[in-house]
Amino acid sequence: MKRLILGTAILALSAGMSLAQTVRMGTEGAYPPYNFINDKGEVDGFERELGDRLCEMAGLTCEWVTTAWDSIIPNLQSGNYDTIIAGMSITEEREAVVDFTQNYIPPAASAYMALTADADIKGGVIAAQTGTIQAGYVAESGATLLEFATPDETVAAVRNGEADAVFADKDFLAPVVAESGGQFVWVGEDVQLGGGVGMALRESDDELRAKFDAGISAMKADGSLNELIRKWFGPDAATF
Amino acid sequence: MLDCADPKALEGLHWTLCYLTTGKHLDFYRSFGTVLVLLAVTAPVALAFGFAGAMAARSPVLPVRLLGKGYTAMVRGVPDIVFFLFFVIALDQGIEWLVHQVRCPDWTDPIRNGLEFRVCPQAKVPPGTAPQAVHQIYGFVLAVATFAIVFGAFAANVLYGAMQAVPRAQLETAEAYGMTARQVFRRVLVPQMWVYALPGLGNLWLILIKATPLLFLLGVQDIVYWARELGGAKTQAYDYPHPDWRLWYFLGLMVFYLAMTRGSELLIARLSARLNRGQATLAGEAMRKAAT
Repeated sequence: MKRLILGTAILALSAGMSLAQTVRMGTEGAYPPYNFINDKGEVDGFERELGDRLCEMAGLTCEWVTTAWDSIIPNLQSGNYDTIIAGMSITEEREAVVDFTQNYIPPAASAYMALTADADIKGGVIAAQTGTIQAGYVAESGATLLEFATPDETVAAVRNGEADAVFADKDFLAPVVAESGGQFVWVGEDVQLGGGVGMALRESDDELRAKFDAGISAMKADGSLNELIRKWFGPDAATF
Repeated sequence: MLDCADPKALEGLHWTLCYLTTGKHLDFYRSFGTVLVLLAVTAPVALAFGFAGAMAARSPVLPVRLLGKGYTAMVRGVPDIVFFLFFVIALDQGIEWLVHQVRCPDWTDPIRNGLEFRVCPQAKVPPGTAPQAVHQIYGFVLAVATFAIVFGAFAANVLYGAMQAVPRAQLETAEAYGMTARQVFRRVLVPQMWVYALPGLGNLWLILIKATPLLFLLGVQDIVYWARELGGAKTQAYDYPHPDWRLWYFLGLMVFYLAMTRGSELLIARLSARLNRGQATLAGEAMRKAAT
């Protein structure tokens, strides 16, 4: 067995150079329906399908890699993968350290979800995922921010009463509310944050970014991107 | 043969059996193997590091002694988690930097560009084109190296103390028989020191078992990662939707860790009895009395 692994490793190391360019796609794998690890143990979701299609259009071989959300940008910078495609909203702060493609999801709503409709979202305890635009928004809203490493934990915190409400992308929370059988409800108004979701690349990778940008433009032009958005986020999702 | 083609239509035991044999669960079961392999590889390597460190710390040659003492003092003085986060990145980038110098001498772009670390594509270790499995094996090897260095430093200190604890009279007797320093070390000091080292090494082994969840920090998907991932509430986007089951998964992990540590304790107790036989220690003396 060990020899087999070693053999494949050597084979892969020696054969690698001659193949088409391989792009390593970094994602979180914990944010359905954007990206998640399905029951086969593979990366699945809207971004998997989109990413695979973009790679095919650009003639690239793509390999999917998952990583923890809070180290997703440092790992891109140190070269562990070449792109971030993980439901990452385009913001000025992130633009300062990485380069984004154009957005492939239009600026979308974020929403509060709680156990009761009268939950205190202005001054209560609000759960949000670390390092997201939603966490930044909560911190400035006057409410007490309770941060978690994964999206799943933010929802669990509301369920067990640790937080009054969770603030996240509405598209992520929508299936949770729909399937909770009335346990969860929306609270307050939706909030528009960020400049849409885009792929992030290293600032020195302009060539690769141009390839993905061209692919996204083409998919916007022929309507296939809208189709894909409706497939994963429902018929009412915001499209281009 | 189990039919799991349409998970959402399944019920009861059939559903459970299909659920527990999904690809993701098989990854979870495999990760137990990852942890066990890590322990099996790290323990002897760390012990070797520790032995070398202890010998260096006892060396009559000043630079070697400083090296041995410096190694233990430095690693022991830095929090494990800092060491894990720093060392793996430094090792990884150090290797790539060296390969870069050899393979791409004509590269003109800066390697450090702000926060970015960018070597030429030929210098990536493992190469960007390699399948994910190779990256995972490489990550695992980095993890083993880091664990070995950290735990080696603790082991070095334990072994150093154990070597000092061997009664001076034993060594003097050996010298009186005309043994050289090297012979005294090999034939008298080392065989006798284990009994003094065992409690400390046993502690280290238990700590090592409990430190394996740090693997996830190093990007290796270990049992804690999979338990959290599998246990989280699942919506209809998944084949097997279920509420928050993290409690059960973590309970399973607790049983695993308790079984590992309890088994280790029993083994250590037996080993300790074996090592004490015929030794001039309290336990050895008690054994001698019980036998007569």
